[in-house]
Order: sequence, then C-alpha cells, then structure tokens
Amino acid sequence: MVPLSYYLVLSGILFACGVTGFLIKRNIITIFMSIELMLNGVNLSFVAFAAHWHVLAGQVFVFFVMVVAAAEAAVGLAIIIAVYRTRETLNVDQVNLLKL
Amino acid sequence: MNPNLNLWLIPVLPLAGAAINGFLGKKSSRTAVSTIGLVFPGAAFLWAVTAAWRALSMPLPYQEYLAHWIRSGSFVVDFAFYLDHLSLVMMLVVTGVGFLIHIYSVGYMWDDPSYYRFFTYLNLFMFFMLTLVLANNYLLMFIGWEGVGLASYLLIGFWFTKDSAASAGKKAFIVNRIGDFGFLIGLFLIIQHFQSLNFVQVFEKVSPMATETSGAGLLTAIGILLMVGACGKSAQIPLYVWLPDAMEGPTPVSALIHAATMVTAGVYMVSRSHVIFEHAPTALTVVAIIGTLTALFAATIGVTQTDIKKVLAYSTVSQLGYMFIACGVGAFSAGIFHLMTHAFFKGLLFLGAGSVIHSVGGEQDMRKMGGLRTYIPVTFTVMLIATAAIAGIPPLAGFWSKDEILWKAYQANPAYWVIGAITAFITSFYMFRLLFMTFLGDYKGIQVDDHGQAHTTHGHGDHGHGEPHESPWVMLGPLVVLAILSLVGGLVGIRNGFEHFLDPVFGSEFPKAIAEAGNTEWLLMGISVLFSFTGLVLAYVLYVSKPYLPGKIAASLGAFYNAVLNKYYVDEIYAKLFVKPLIDGSTTVLWQGVDRKVIDDSINNAADGAQHVSDNVRHMQSGNLRSYAGWIACGAAVVIAYMVWLGVGR
Repeated sequence: MVPLSYYLVLSGILFACGVTGFLIKRNIITIFMSIELMLNGVNLSFVAFAAHWHVLAGQVFVFFVMVVAAAEAAVGLAIIIAVYRTRETLNVDQVNLLKL
Repeated sequence: MNPNLNLWLIPVLPLAGAAINGFLGKKSSRTAVSTIGLVFPGAAFLWAVTAAWRALSMPLPYQEYLAHWIRSGSFVVDFAFYLDHLSLVMMLVVTGVGFLIHIYSVGYMWDDPSYYRFFTYLNLFMFFMLTLVLANNYLLMFIGWEGVGLASYLLIGFWFTKDSAASAGKKAFIVNRIGDFGFLIGLFLIIQHFQSLNFVQVFEKVSPMATETSGAGLLTAIGILLMVGACGKSAQIPLYVWLPDAMEGPTPVSALIHAATMVTAGVYMVSRSHVIFEHAPTALTVVAIIGTLTALFAATIGVTQTDIKKVLAYSTVSQLGYMFIACGVGAFSAGIFHLMTHAFFKGLLFLGAGSVIHSVGGEQDMRKMGGLRTYIPVTFTVMLIATAAIAGIPPLAGFWSKDEILWKAYQANPAYWVIGAITAFITSFYMFRLLFMTFLGDYKGIQVDDHGQAHTTHGHGDHGHGEPHESPWVMLGPLVVLAILSLVGGLVGIRNGFEHFLDPVFGSEFPKAIAEAGNTEWLLMGISVLFSFTGLVLAYVLYVSKPYLPGKIAASLGAFYNAVLNKYYVDEIYAKLFVKPLIDGSTTVLWQGVDRKVIDDSINNAADGAQHVSDNVRHMQSGNLRSYAGWIACGAAVVIAYMVWLGVGR
C-alpha cells in the first residue's frame, strides 16, 4: 500500500509545476496546459484522500472538476483560436488591449 | 395690566431705515436717501417721546417682552426691553441728539459720493445704540454693545481709501475687543453665580449679599471686569488710545458716536450695574481712580493739540473721566446728569467744529484758522455757548452737572475733588484756547487755490471757497437747538431735580449729605467757578493779548512740553510693549512656526506621502495577467506558511 503522503507530495509537485508554468510561460496554450496540470494535481489529492478515508465525496468532486475542465478546455481553446485569428500571436503579453 | 408701549419700535425704526438705504440707496437720489435716513430716526425720536410721556404716568420699571431667544433649562435670555428712569433718559438723549445730528449730516455729507452709505451706517448705529440702552438683560445689551462697536468701526473708516482712516477704524475695533474680553468674562461670572443675565433677576440675587468691604470677592471681580469693558467703550485709561484716532471719521460721526452717545455706553453700563458696584467698594474705588486719572491726563494732552477735532476728542475722554468719577463715588445720577449735558454741549462742539471745518474747506489745524468770528457768526455764537457750557460757567449746562460731580467727589474723598477741580481749570483753558485760536485774531488760512487737496480728502470737493463762509441752515438748525439745550439743559439739576428723577433707579444716596449741603457746597462751587474763569482769562492772555507767550512757555518747559505734545508717548509705548511683540510673535511663531511649519507642512507632507506611496503601490496593478497570478501565488504561499506555522505552533 502506497502511503497517502506520496500521493500528496506528487500532487503538490504537479500543482507547483502548473503554477510555475503559468507564471513563467508566455504562450497561451502552454499556460492553458499549466492550468490543466494544476487541476489534475488537485484531482490527485482528492482521490488520494477519498481512497484513504473511504469517502466517495472526493471521487465525486473529481468528476465535477473534470467536467468543468472539459468545458473550460472547449471554451478556452475556442477563445485561443479567436485570439490567434485576430491578433496573429499567442503571446499573452501582447494581448493587452485593455491595459492602460 | 400695564398698557403696551411698543418700545421695540424705537430701535427697529432706524434698523428699517438702514435696511432700506442699504439695499436701495445706491441707485436712489440724495433727496430720497435723506428722506429715508431722516424719517426713520425722526419717527423713533417721536415714538420715544410718546413712550416717555406715557411711561411717566405708569409704574416704572416697565418691561416688554418681544420674542424668546435662548432657553436652556432655567437659563432664559429673551428679546425683551426694560424701561426705567435711567433708560428713559438715555433713550431720549440718544434719539434726540441722534436725530439732530442726522439732520446736520444732510448738509455736511451732501457732496460725499457715498452719501447713502453714510446714512445706512448712521441708522444702523442708532438701532444698536437703542438696543443697548433698552435691553432688559446683559446679553441683549452686549449685542447692542458690539453693534455700536461695528457701526463705529464702519464710520471711522468711512473714507477707507485714506490709509489713516482705515487703520484708525481697525485700532478702535481692536482696542475695544480688549475691553469686551473683560466684559464677557464678567458676564460669564454672572451666569455662573446667578444663573441669569436678566437685570432684575441678577440684581435681586445681588441685593441680599453682603457688601465686600474688605478684600476682593466675587462682586468685586465682576465689577472690575465690567469696568474693563467700560474702559474700552468709554475710552478710559488704559484703553483710551482709540478715541483720538477715531477723529478720522466724518465730523457728524465724531459728534454722534464719539462724543454724545456710544462712548457713554460704558457709563450707562456701570450705572445700570450699580447694584453690583455698590456691593463692591473696591471696584468702585477702581472706577473712581481710573476716572480721575483719565480726566486729568486727557485734559493735559488737550492743551497742546492743534487739530480742532483732536482737542475735542481729548476733551471727551476727559469728560468721560468725570462721569466715571461720579460713578466711582456712588453718585450715579450725577454721572448720568453729566452724560446728558455732555451729550448736548459736546455734540454741539463737534458739530460746530464740523461747521468750522466745512467753512474753511476741510482744514482742521487751528493754527491756520483765526478770525472766523466775522465770517461765521452763527457758528461762533453756538460754539461760544458750548465752550462756556463745558468750561462750567454758570448757569450753563456743564456747570450744574460738573459741580454736582465735584461736590459728590468731595464728600467721598477730597483728593478726587482737587484733581477734578484742576481738570476743570485745564478744561476751561484748552476750550477757550480752541475758541480764541479759531475765532479771534486774524484769519491765517489759505485761500481757495491751495486747498484742493484738503477738499478731496474730506469729501466735499466741489465747494468754491473764496473765503470762509457760513454753513447752510440744515447744519445750523441742529446747532441752534443743541445750543439752547446747552443753555438750559442744566436747569433740570437745580435743587437736585434730576437726581430725584433718577432716585427710583439708584435709591437716594447721601441722604445725610443733602441735609448738610450748606456752606461747603457753596464754597466749592465758588472755587470751581473761579477756576473756570481763571482758565478763560489765562487762555485770553496767552492766545489773544500776548500771542507770543505760549511759544516761550513751551520752550521753557522743554522735555515735559514735548512729552505732552506727543501725548505722553502712550501710543509709542503701546506699540513697543504690545503691538510689536504681538506682530513679531504672530509672524515668527504663529505664522512661520505654527501655521507654516506645523499645519501647512503636516498637510503637505501627508499629501506628498500619500502620493508617493500610491505611486509605488500603483505598480502592483500593472494590467499584466501573469503578475496578478504571481501576487495570488505569493498570497497563497503566505497563507499556507501561516497555516503551517499555526500547525507547528500547536
């Protein structure tokens, strides 16, 4: 039996990777992938706790998160395509029309 | 039930005149302005006479409630009026003399460009003065007190484009504030200890209190504080300095405000508070000493002045001193008697001086007059009457009242009498000096071409003056009426008639003295009359028959003469002692120190700091998505670290 802490550490590493990628990358698609990484890091901790405590609520939460992530991917990718078509770039720093 | 006298009309009528002239006068003709400016005070005078006539047949004091003002628990101050024999006399003097001076002003101020403004202020003054006189409580009296101060300020600085007039107005206002400070503290003490400002209630509570024969108690403190207020308003030592400067105002103003009415407000206030003063002999002594010193001090300055109005100003200060001597020895009715006769003859003297100034085209220096008797005979006659009256030559008004005061002063303390009699001699001397310098000898004035300057500064520029000419009858009329009053006004004092009239207010003082008023009184009267004539003769010798003598005497007196000529350097001493330190202190400490360094700097620094901090913090909100994410991550990290620390701590 793999101890709970292993899962949690892996979950933390995944989340930290996601955060780091989100913060340092400029490409919108990479950022998008980093967000997915963070979501999945969290998902991992949910299922790990669910298995450890034998509570189904954690599993249910993961389904919700996956549904939301799928919806987000659909909408987000559509936006990214729209952005690319109008701005011809995927660099977030150049998508700054609303900035003063 | 008493009939209603509608006293409130008396002050309100001039107020209405002031309002109409103030709001509409600028675009109205001079005739309209004069009509409004005369009708309202005239109506007030008529109403005052009617009220006085009706009041005499009913029990006095009469009180009239107009409206309520301050009601805080048991402490009540109302707009209410109080009429007893004292306020009745004051009311008649103020409205009567005031109305005459209004008439005179029509002639004197006719060519002034701000004609309507003059009458507005003059009517406003009448309103406040009558409020002061008729109030039934100290607070309403104080409103009038401050109001006349305001009117005085406005009228002294009437020709405000002249620097000296503007600063004289300021000086009068500021010096009066010092006196008002004492007055106010006196009122606070009264409120604290008697829970009322109503004359009747306060005096009811004071009456049963023990007389503070030795040492100083509450009543002494109140008395002295009230006297400080009176010193300011009535130009007594040490606060008299504003009155001579107040002569910068138009001459009718000097006559009305700075001779006949406003400056006597202090005497009226002290007399009104006689119950308090009678219970505080120490305060009374202070009043008497201040009065005596002022009378002598101002009279000596009057001897050396050459400006005709300045002589009269110092004479006013000196005569007010007499009134305070009377109050100080407890002879309040004698003080009020002198107040009344003084209003007649000093009002007349000022108006006469105005007529003289008018006739010589704005010149005020007596050395440039002389010989005017033949040019302006009517003015000369009335001035002669007034001078004889103030000098105390029987049977004119001043003789009766001054003699009354001197007699009462003698009974209290012969020292007062000695100084008073010497002052009477000096008074007679400088008044006849004024008369002789102005009217006898040869005319030394300049002819028409040279005094264009004097014209414009005094506001009647378009008169053609070939040689001195008599004033119009609108000015001479009031002079004649006042001259008649100065002639016969004192006769009410025969056999103490005036005193008995005021007995209901002051009680009959000196009952024993009246009984034994025999040889001593006649002797003293004889001496003071002798003094008056000596003054007359001396003035005649020095200024008519041997005009070279005054210069020699002045030279032989040397430094003393210079000191008197420069008014004992009092203005300079005040400037060094009070004004300069105050200005310097205000400039360096209050302005540069507190205002600039503390208040301004703290506000500026706070604003600068806020700008600086915001400028730095602004960079947090860059609009850059990833930097926001970074801040969120940092925040999350801090929260997690805190939770971990909590966990460890447990």
